[in-house]
Amino acid sequence: MTSQVSQDSAKEVRRLDRVVIRFAGDSGDGMQLTGDRFTSETASFGNDLSTLPNFPAEIRAPAGTLPGVSSFQLHFADHDILTPGDAPNVLVAMNPAALKANIADLPRGAEIIVNTDEFTKRAMAKVGYAASPLEDGSLDGYSVHPVPLTTLTVEALKEFDLGRKEAGRSKNMFALGLLSWMYHRPTEGTERFLRRKFAKKPQIADANVAAFRAGWNFGETTEDFAVSYEVAPASQAFPAGTYRNISGNLALSYGLVAASQQADLPLFLGSYPITPASDILHELSKHKNFGVRTFQAEDEIAGIGAALGAAFGGALAVTTTSGPGVALKSETIGLAVSLELPMIVVDVQRGGPSTGLPTKTEQADLLQAMYGRNGEAPVPIVAPATPAECFTAALDAARIALTYRTPVFLLSDGYLANGSEPWRIPEPDELPDLRTQFATTTNHTLDDGTDVFWPYKRDPQTLARPWAVPGTPGLEHRVGGIEKQDGSGNISYDPANHELMVRTRQAKVDGVQVPDITVDDPSGGAKVLVLGWGSTYGPITAAVRRVRRGGDVVAQAHLRHLNPFPANLGTVLRQYDKVIVPEMNLGQLALLLRATYLVDAQPYTQVRGLPFKAEQLHDVIKEAIDHG
Amino acid sequence: MADTLTHGPVQPSHALSLVPKADAAQSAKDFKSDQEVRWCPGCGDYAVLAAVQGFLPELGLAKENIVFVSGIGCSSRFPYYMNTYGMHSIHGRAPAIATGLAASRRDLSVWVVTGDGDALSIGGNHLIHALRRNVNLKILLFNNRIYGLTKGQYSPTSEAGKITKSTPMGSLDAPFNPVSLAIGAEASFVARTVDSDRKHLTDVLRQAAEHPGTALVEIYQNCNIFNDGAFEVLKDKQQALEAVIRLQDGEPVRFGAPAEDGLGGKGVVRDPATGDLRVVDVAEHGTDGILVHDAGAASPTTAFALSRLADPDTLHHTPIGVFRSVRRPVYDTLLADQLEAAVEQNGKGDLSALLHGKDTWTVVG
Repeated sequence: MTSQVSQDSAKEVRRLDRVVIRFAGDSGDGMQLTGDRFTSETASFGNDLSTLPNFPAEIRAPAGTLPGVSSFQLHFADHDILTPGDAPNVLVAMNPAALKANIADLPRGAEIIVNTDEFTKRAMAKVGYAASPLEDGSLDGYSVHPVPLTTLTVEALKEFDLGRKEAGRSKNMFALGLLSWMYHRPTEGTERFLRRKFAKKPQIADANVAAFRAGWNFGETTEDFAVSYEVAPASQAFPAGTYRNISGNLALSYGLVAASQQADLPLFLGSYPITPASDILHELSKHKNFGVRTFQAEDEIAGIGAALGAAFGGALAVTTTSGPGVALKSETIGLAVSLELPMIVVDVQRGGPSTGLPTKTEQADLLQAMYGRNGEAPVPIVAPATPAECFTAALDAARIALTYRTPVFLLSDGYLANGSEPWRIPEPDELPDLRTQFATTTNHTLDDGTDVFWPYKRDPQTLARPWAVPGTPGLEHRVGGIEKQDGSGNISYDPANHELMVRTRQAKVDGVQVPDITVDDPSGGAKVLVLGWGSTYGPITAAVRRVRRGGDVVAQAHLRHLNPFPANLGTVLRQYDKVIVPEMNLGQLALLLRATYLVDAQPYTQVRGLPFKAEQLHDVIKEAIDHG
Repeated sequence: MADTLTHGPVQPSHALSLVPKADAAQSAKDFKSDQEVRWCPGCGDYAVLAAVQGFLPELGLAKENIVFVSGIGCSSRFPYYMNTYGMHSIHGRAPAIATGLAASRRDLSVWVVTGDGDALSIGGNHLIHALRRNVNLKILLFNNRIYGLTKGQYSPTSEAGKITKSTPMGSLDAPFNPVSLAIGAEASFVARTVDSDRKHLTDVLRQAAEHPGTALVEIYQNCNIFNDGAFEVLKDKQQALEAVIRLQDGEPVRFGAPAEDGLGGKGVVRDPATGDLRVVDVAEHGTDGILVHDAGAASPTTAFALSRLADPDTLHHTPIGVFRSVRRPVYDTLLADQLEAAVEQNGKGDLSALLHGKDTWTVVG
C-alpha cells in the first residue's frame, strides 16, 4: 500500500508527539472494528497507545439517535502514555448523532471529519439540529472536513456487483483508509485482516480492501487534506522485547491459561454470560487444546458452583462475572471460604446498582468483594492497574488461591477489559512457578495410634489446609459449609472452636504475602500523596506528571492488593499531610483506609461510567497542594 | 466435530468404565464413616443409607473414587456418614457443584443426595439443567413431601391444601410430580422407589449406577416427625395392592389382586381416542392391549403418561421402578472428546505461541 503513495507528493508533513482520535458513528457503522484496526496499525508501527471503546448496551439501538452512538477513542504517541486522552484532536463523525454526542468533548481547533451524506434534514432533526451545524457557523472554531463518505465509497465500489446500501457499508473502511493516510499508518495488516475476516466471501473482502485504499488515495489527492502527520515510534518508551497490543480481557484470559500451565493443573471455567466479562469465556473456549474446560452454566450460581466442584476435584477453578453476578455468587463464595478450596472469582466491574450501566466502567464493587457475604468470610483481593497488567494479576490471583487454599477476587473493570495497550510478551522463564502439592498421605496420629487424614490440619506458615483430591486412597474425607472442628473437619457447634475457626480463617487471609507498596516521590519532599487502585492508574499517573511538569511536588502510590493491604501501607499513609484517593465510586477505598489506619484519606470520586480525565485529576491534586 | 459428536452413535462405554476398581472385596462396613448418624430415630433416611452402604460393595469401585455431594436439608447430611469423599454444600446447589466435579473428573463415580425442597424448590434450576445436560451424575432425591430441617413447612411436593406451620389454612400451590418433571427435562434415566423396600431400592440404585449420564432416582422417604405415614398407602400390604404399580421392563403393566393368570388383576391400557393411559380391570378388558413397559423407548411420551397415573392426593396408582432409561450422549464424554479433538486439530497448546499471537513488533534495547 505504501508503495502506492506517489513519491513526488508535495503535501506537507508535520511531526506530532501525540494524537487523540475518536471514531464515532451509529452502533451499526462498525466503529469498534475501525478503531481496532487503526489500533493494530498503530501498535505495529511502534507507538505507545491507549484505547477507550464506548458503546451502548443495546446491540442495535435505533439508527441515527444519540443513544445509538458508538465510539472508539485512541491515543497514540512517540513517548509512553497512560490514558486514552482527555480530549480528541480528531473526531470522525459518521452521522449527525455522532457529531452531536461528541462535540462537547472537542477542544477548539480540533479537526472534525464528517460524513456529509448522512447530514440530511431528517437525520439532523432526529437529534435536534434545527439548522445544519455544517452551515450555521456553529463549528467555526474547528477545522471541519466535510466528506461525502458514503457517496465516495459507493463510487469506489461501482465495479463490484453490490447495491448502494451494501457498498455503503464499507464506508468505515474508507474512513479508516483516509485516517491511515493522514497519520502514515502501515496498511498491510488491515488488508491481511480483511482478507482473513471475509475469507469465505472474497468479493466482500475485495470491496472492503478497495474502499480502504480509496480512502487512502482520497487523502493523498484531495485538496481538502493539505497536511498529513507523523508520530514517530515510541522507541524510548519501551524496554527491549517483543510486543503486541492487548486488551484487559484478553490479557486476563491468557493469564489464566498461563497460570494453569505454571501450576500444572487443568483450568476449569464455570461462567454465565454477562457484560463486560463474557469475552473471557469466549476466549478461554478457544483454548481447549490447553486442556481448558469451559462450562457455560444455567446461571451465575451454577457457574461458580461448577467451578467449586472442579476445585474439589483438583482443577484450577475460575468463575468470571460482573457485579450483578457476584451478588448471586455470594453464598457459594462463602462456601469456598469455609471449604478452603482454591478458586479465582473474576469481577469485571461495571456501573451499578442492579443492571446499572452494563457497558460502562465503575469501581463500585470493592466493598462487595470485601464484605458482601454472610458471616466473617474474608477473601483476598487483587486489582490490576492497566489492561496488560490483567495478565500478571491472573497469575497472582492463582498464586494466592493455590498457596492459601482460598477463593480470591480479581477486580477488573469495563475500562480495563475493553481498553488496550502495548504489552511486552513475557518469556516462559519469567513466569512464576505455581506448582502445588496435593496431599497424598495421612497427616495425623490419633491417641490410639491410628494414622488418619485431617482435612483441616493446617500448614503452620500459610495456615492453608491440605488439598486432598478424590481418587487419593486413604484420604477419604468430607467437607461442608457447617462449621468444622479444627483439624479433624468434623461438624462442630462448639463455641470456642467456632471462635478459633473464624479467627483462623481471618488470620490466614491477613497473612497472605503481598509486596510492599512502592511510592513514587522523586524529590522525597512531597506533602500530598495520591493513592489509587485499579484502572485509575493511567489518569492518576498522567495527572501527577502534569503537576510535576508545572513545578509542584506530589507523591503517588497505587494498590494492586486490596485485601490484605501491603504491610507498609499504614506507614506510607502517615508520611503525608494529605492523602487523596481518586475512585470511580463514592469513596470505598477511602472508607477502608480511614477505618483501617485512622488517617484522613480524602476521596475524590466520579461515577459517570467513564474513566477520569488527567486534566481533572491535575486540578484536584493542584488544589490539594496549593490549599493544603 | 461437535455435530458428529452430538448426533453420532453413543459410545457403548459403561458409566463406571473409567472408575478404578477396588483391590479387595468390600463390605457395607467399608462405607461407614466414623461419624454418629444424627437423623431422628425412625427416619426413613436410615434405610436409604443402609441400602446404599449395602449395595456399593457390589460395584467394587475404589471407594476413594466415589464422591457424594449434597445440598441442605435432613437428607443432605448423608455424605458425612459415607466413608468416601464428600461435600455437604449449600441449599439447592449440589447438582451444579457435582456437575463441575464430574465434568472434570471422569474417573469418579459422583452421587448427589438431595431432598424435595433442595432439588425442586431452591435448586430447581440446577436439577433440570443437570438432567438436560446428561452429566454422569446419580441424583438421589429423597422425597418426604415436607420441609423437615426447618421444622415442618409444606414443600413443592406436598399435596395441595396441606396444613402446615406456614399454611395453617392449607397450602395453595399444586405439587410437582418429580418423575414427570424429570422426564420433561429430558432426563435419560428416571426411576422411583420407596425407602422401606430394600430390595426394590437396591435394584433401582444398581441400574442408576450403571447408567451413563444423569440418573434421577426419586425415593419416597418417610419423615416420622413432620409428615409421618405420607406413603403408608404404598407400604401397607393390603392398600399397596391397589396403590402400587410395579414397572418391569418388557413386562405387561399389571397390578392389584391377582387375576386368573396369576398377574395383577388391574392393567394399564392406552386409550385409543386420546393416547393417554388408563387403568382397567383385566377380567373385564382381557389381556389384549395391556401396555408392555418399555423403559428404553426413544419417545418419553409413554413414560410421562405412566408418571401421570398417580393421584397426587391419595397416591393411588403410583408406579415404582424405572420409568425411562435411554442412551444419549453424555456431557463429560463430549467435553473430553472436544479437548482431544482440539489437540488433534491444533496440537497441544503452546503457551509462548499463544501469548505472541499474530501481530507483534520488536523493540531493540
